[in-house]
Amino acid sequence: MNDVAQNQDRSDQPKIAALDLPELYRCVHCGLCLNQCPTYRALRLEPESPRGRIHLVRAAAEGRIELNQRFQDHLYLCLLCRACETACPSGVQYGRIAETAREIIGPPGSNLARAVLTFVFTQLLPYPRRLKLAATLLRLYQRTGLQRVIRPLLPERLRKMESMLPSISPRFFTPDSKTLPAIGARRAKVAMLNGCVMPLMFSDINEATVRVLRRNGCDVVFPSNQSCCGALNVHNGESVAAKQMARRNIDAFLDADVDAVVVNAAGCGAAMKEYDHLLRDDPIYAEKAKRFSSIVKDAAQFLGDLGLVGKFAPLKVTVTYQDPCHLAHGQRVRTQPRNLLKSIPGLELKEMEGSDRCCGSAGIYNITHPEMSQHLLKEKMQAVTATQAEAVIAPNPGCMLQLRYGSQQYGPEVKVYHLMDLLDRSYSEAEVSSSNEA
Amino acid sequence: MSRDPLIHELRAIVGKNYLLIEKEDVIVYEQDGSIFQVMPEIVVVPGDVDQVAAVVKAAKRANVPIVPRGSGTGLAGGAVPAEGGIVLSLARLNRILKIDLQNRIALVEPGVINIDVTKAVVRDGYFYAPDPSSQVACSIGGNVANNSGGPHTLAYGVTTNHVLGVEVVLDDGQIVWLGGEVPDTPGYDLCGIFVGSEGTMGIVTKVAVKLMQTRESVRTLLAIFDEMDVATRTVVDITAAGIIPAALEMMDRTTIEAVETGSPVGFPRDAEAVLLVEVEGLLEQTERSMNLARTVCKRNGAREVRVAKDDAERQLLWKGRKGAFGAMGALAPNYYVQDGVVPRSKLPEIMKRVAEISKQYNLRIANVFHAGDGNLHPNILFDMRTPGELDRVIEAGAATLRACIELGGSITGEHGVGLEKKAYIGLLFSTADLEAMSRVRRAFDPDGRFNPAKLFPTPVSCGEMRRQPANIPAGLWI
Repeated sequence: MNDVAQNQDRSDQPKIAALDLPELYRCVHCGLCLNQCPTYRALRLEPESPRGRIHLVRAAAEGRIELNQRFQDHLYLCLLCRACETACPSGVQYGRIAETAREIIGPPGSNLARAVLTFVFTQLLPYPRRLKLAATLLRLYQRTGLQRVIRPLLPERLRKMESMLPSISPRFFTPDSKTLPAIGARRAKVAMLNGCVMPLMFSDINEATVRVLRRNGCDVVFPSNQSCCGALNVHNGESVAAKQMARRNIDAFLDADVDAVVVNAAGCGAAMKEYDHLLRDDPIYAEKAKRFSSIVKDAAQFLGDLGLVGKFAPLKVTVTYQDPCHLAHGQRVRTQPRNLLKSIPGLELKEMEGSDRCCGSAGIYNITHPEMSQHLLKEKMQAVTATQAEAVIAPNPGCMLQLRYGSQQYGPEVKVYHLMDLLDRSYSEAEVSSSNEA
Repeated sequence: MSRDPLIHELRAIVGKNYLLIEKEDVIVYEQDGSIFQVMPEIVVVPGDVDQVAAVVKAAKRANVPIVPRGSGTGLAGGAVPAEGGIVLSLARLNRILKIDLQNRIALVEPGVINIDVTKAVVRDGYFYAPDPSSQVACSIGGNVANNSGGPHTLAYGVTTNHVLGVEVVLDDGQIVWLGGEVPDTPGYDLCGIFVGSEGTMGIVTKVAVKLMQTRESVRTLLAIFDEMDVATRTVVDITAAGIIPAALEMMDRTTIEAVETGSPVGFPRDAEAVLLVEVEGLLEQTERSMNLARTVCKRNGAREVRVAKDDAERQLLWKGRKGAFGAMGALAPNYYVQDGVVPRSKLPEIMKRVAEISKQYNLRIANVFHAGDGNLHPNILFDMRTPGELDRVIEAGAATLRACIELGGSITGEHGVGLEKKAYIGLLFSTADLEAMSRVRRAFDPDGRFNPAKLFPTPVSCGEMRRQPANIPAGLWI
């Protein structure tokens, strides 16, 4: 709270100087990013495009415009999907421009919203135990019938936000402190990120990921001192706690002495691959961060590069694949997840139109910008419908929650799976059938 | 004079979300793909043709200039509001209204993105031929305004060869059709006059375009050279051998460096020049032409010739080529591109002249161009923040254009004149020519309010330019 108040009181002068990022001068204003940007596609307004936002930051750095509410609105309407980075011929790292600009101008919204966000970013996310407590309370709220009593009493906007709350897993994933040994010949030793949302809402996916890794000859460890990755903080202009979390993770994972740090949430993986940038000015951690970032791998990327072993049972299902933005654009990983899917016998992959276009989830964007988020989700569900797939595969928790909500709201009736879900199922069924045969 | 009544009126027409007057909004419309910047006072983004017509009428009553803008990817400052006033963005008029494969036409709104026309018909075996390098972003309306070309201009011609008719809003707000949906409408070719008029005659609101049938086979090769001179001579020899490629493109060492630094596709960084040769047609014919092109390249001394083995490889080559301008940011904060043309046979000579100019002005120049039709694109790399550098850049640019004219060429192949080359148009046309053109323009736009201060040299007779633009940064005004 104090931080926010201080930010507003401070003169804008140092902020303006800080906005003059070298990366800005890599943009030559060609405009090839425009049509790849979800918000530009929706509104057709240049201030809501990557080129427009870069122009605004540059104009602000030159002192030609003020750092006012409008400037902030334009910067925060961006989903940070980074589709523009894939499109940019000059290799402008737009995400870094936008994140740094957000860091300088601070979190979005009203004073109350800023206070709530700052609390979540600095007091909740960095502390797994507090987060677990919050999730337990939320689960209580969802399961005791309290939700049914309270929901109708809420004003409409809050009711909508409340309905976006994901349902909490009946049990949480608590990782073993011991090494989970490889099954069969040992091929690698990996450490896994437990994450903040994954163990609370998708405990089964973390379990599935562990099983798939072990079946592929990996010793799996969960370093006990790890914390949330800090991606949400970085995306929303909070950097102090984000850097703390990064340093803590670097220590925890480098101590584990592993071949790779495996992450099954695309947003977290992208953020962790960029710790080297986040901590570039940290005299103690800059070097360690580089070493750490170089061994971070998305689960699909790691397994795809390693090559799957073992027996698969056929899964007769038609699926379509949603590229999580922070996997396709943030990490440039597109082929491995598709190859892994194709390695499951009987599974048919039908590509949807614009599979690498954002679904509107984008961290907490679906809560801060419900209108744009729902617009994009509706379009996404139309693309899914056109494929006639029975399931959507999206290896990122945010996308999964959003797509499940989309299926309920707009149809079609599809299952939403994580890639590791399907691999695990195929492996398990093969095991069951071979033990039956025996 | 207060703009308030006009703003009020415009807001009523397009709605509050699509009328922009705050500095934090309009400032992003001060620039297109070029280096020119002038901030508009008002930006309107109408949603249909009736709103466009109402905006035009309101602007006429208030006597305020209107500058149409598509995607803002133009390279000659055409969408920069040189005299302030209203920027009218056509980005929301982006519907494909009709696809008629039997008659091979499509009716589209001006804000439709070039590549989306092809995407809409490619599964049926058709495509829209003009393919500017910015085709993933540029609009059909902008293509019409600039009579845009692209790598495949060599085989298919420029935009005007593919537009059958346009619906336009005239200066008094009337909505009329010029040309139609069938070829060869009788009377004056008013559609032909409109295409390439750079927004100085009215606002295009619908475009009827031709669709072409995709060829049975297409093959693309990349020839790698250790000497620029050998590469340019090869261009001449390929066409002399009787091959008519669909596209024949050249990139020099500096361009390759930009592409490979910005968004790598695998061009060899150590080559002095590469040629991209594409042939298409019936399978047998394509094979024959490809073999012949390969032989010519080899005979002339190409270090290596790579033929794309599948569509993915071919797309990658084109991605590198088409992203080349945008990739200049990987080498320098700014680039200034010229668009001169020479007869193909003069290519070896003009490239020597460009190299001399680069040395003389001490500026890096990256060459990437449509070699097949002699259309140069020397990209002069610089940093706007270095005092005095821009002046040198502009002089060097002018020197390349003068060299083109001396070799029997012209000052623009496809980017349009816009702000950027208006000072040089006098090198090509006499005062009488310009006066005649200016009269044609005034037949459509008597007040000179549509995209003023473009195309014609400043000042021309008969009060074409009503006033010297006041707010262009001194260095940018040529």
